[in-house]
Amino acid sequence: MIPAASTPSPGTAISVRGVVKYVGEGDARFQVLKGADFTALRGEMMFLVGPSGCGKTTLLSLIAGTLAADAGELNVFGQDLRRLGSDRLAAFRARHVGFVFQQFNLIPSITVAENVSVPLLIRGLAPRAAEARAREMLARVGLADRADTRPGKLSGGQQQRVAIARGLVHEPDLLLCDEPTAALDRDNGQQVMRLMRDVARDPARCVIVVTHDNRTYGYADRMAEMEDGRILRVLENQADIRAHHAAAG
Amino acid sequence: MFRLALKMLVGDRGKYALLVSGLTFSTMLMAQAMCLFCGIMSWTVSSVRNIRASVWVSDPMVEQVNDNKPLRSSDLSRVRSVPGVAWAAPLYQGAQQARLAGGDIKGITLVGLDSATLAGAPGRILAGRLEDLRLPNTVIIDEFAVERFSEATGRAFGIGDVFEINDREARVVGICRAERSFTGGPYIFTQYERALDYAPAQRKMLSFILVGAAPGYSADEVAAAITAATGLRGWSESALIWSTLDWYIANTGIPINIGLLVVVGFVVGIVFSAQTFYAFVLDNLRNLAALKAMGLTARLLVPMLLLQAITVGSIGYGFGMLLTSSFGFFTLGYGRIAYLMPWQVPVVAGAAVLSICVFSALLGITKVVRTEPAIVFR
Repeated sequence: MIPAASTPSPGTAISVRGVVKYVGEGDARFQVLKGADFTALRGEMMFLVGPSGCGKTTLLSLIAGTLAADAGELNVFGQDLRRLGSDRLAAFRARHVGFVFQQFNLIPSITVAENVSVPLLIRGLAPRAAEARAREMLARVGLADRADTRPGKLSGGQQQRVAIARGLVHEPDLLLCDEPTAALDRDNGQQVMRLMRDVARDPARCVIVVTHDNRTYGYADRMAEMEDGRILRVLENQADIRAHHAAAG
Repeated sequence: MFRLALKMLVGDRGKYALLVSGLTFSTMLMAQAMCLFCGIMSWTVSSVRNIRASVWVSDPMVEQVNDNKPLRSSDLSRVRSVPGVAWAAPLYQGAQQARLAGGDIKGITLVGLDSATLAGAPGRILAGRLEDLRLPNTVIIDEFAVERFSEATGRAFGIGDVFEINDREARVVGICRAERSFTGGPYIFTQYERALDYAPAQRKMLSFILVGAAPGYSADEVAAAITAATGLRGWSESALIWSTLDWYIANTGIPINIGLLVVVGFVVGIVFSAQTFYAFVLDNLRNLAALKAMGLTARLLVPMLLLQAITVGSIGYGFGMLLTSSFGFFTLGYGRIAYLMPWQVPVVAGAAVLSICVFSALLGITKVVRTEPAIVFR
């Protein structure tokens, strides 16, 4: 029996309570999340940081609804994800969630505009209308002139900007970014983060960024630090973030 | 999304070309083998097609048209007396040898036609006149005989030329079009009585009796009436064709040998296409997982992959059938290869290619459906 989720407050975008996740089977079974708790709010860009293997990406997958939790409560924009079947989860993601992946995951054989239009096509929009909106979104990320190019012809930074446009084109409530600057050099990384701050920020939207890249920490509103499958601490503002990381060296 | 699926397919040009060429090759192998099979089978019934009659009568033990168990001459009168028989004419058919001027000897299929009616005469005379067969020592030869005899004599062989059959003169008065015989010997038409002169003497020489059905009787009815009234075996033309085909299928290794070629084509198609399509899916797995993460359900993903597989299948099938038809067109012009493409060949080849595509797609679909969208975060 799945316990009923507690009702989050109106400003809460994501509420994670005591979430447990195992991976593998038999002797290889391993507990990745050991009761993670955290809350993300609407209108904020929250960073999830921590050493490799601490469970950041697994937690991101659970929030995205691409993995199911073994225990605990997981509420995303008022929806208890544990109560949704796979089709309704897919529909939820199509409607409410945008993604920016570390490796961009742009389809190489179609144009940039077609790539950006994919979330709209999944939601059933007509191709012509979808592509028109995709071109508008590309203009917002400064790539209007590259709409008809194949992704392979773009630089890494440009590809990630395309991925951001794709993540936002259907105006999701939640944007999940997995190491968005990991495949980029410093300048491109900063450019991508500025862009995310400019176009992704919306009073109704929550942006979650999983990252290792401490050069981007200045863009976080709040930061949750993870270690060994748990949230170790949440740094509530930039001053705390800077102070903590200065102390950590 | 279906447009997107097609663009993904065509956009990966290397794999797309590999898939199409694999299916083209597979289609060609299968269709080619089936056409050769049909061609060889059509050669086994070439006598029925070249010697045209609605009803054939044979010894009751005869199973097919190339089976020679001669009748008695008196059987002709018995057949003529059966109700429904409009006319009945004797026919000689046998393998003989032609000796050419230079001494070269060629195998032939000698056909003796009733001198009064010339019943069973070839349908298309290309040169000369059929009636000239009534002149002494005359024969009409088919195009293949012209080609073979010309090769052997080193000059254009044709009307007015002479050769020997069992030391008796045969003078060419006409050239006809005839389908190749299964044994490879060209068809030589002459009068029945002259054929008996040419052929070594036997107690019984009447190979078949050709019969025309009287108005109001079908060929099957007349054949059945002859069988019932005479104890001989009456055949409608189509019954004799099918019995001959059945006999060759049951008593020769042709279906197995050619069937193996078809199976090889099918297996090549499956292995090649399934492997390439699977590799295509694996290459795109992260992108497909990303689509799943973005909310694409299996209900839409499965038809997308099926569409991709069926699209390459249709294109490969089209190219394969085009190449097979072109090969058939040129070889038929050349005329030495058994080749026939009835409508069943494209249908069977199409069904085989479709099954290859569906199988290939299912491998990819299984992989994609089992893939967790979460792999895009790893």
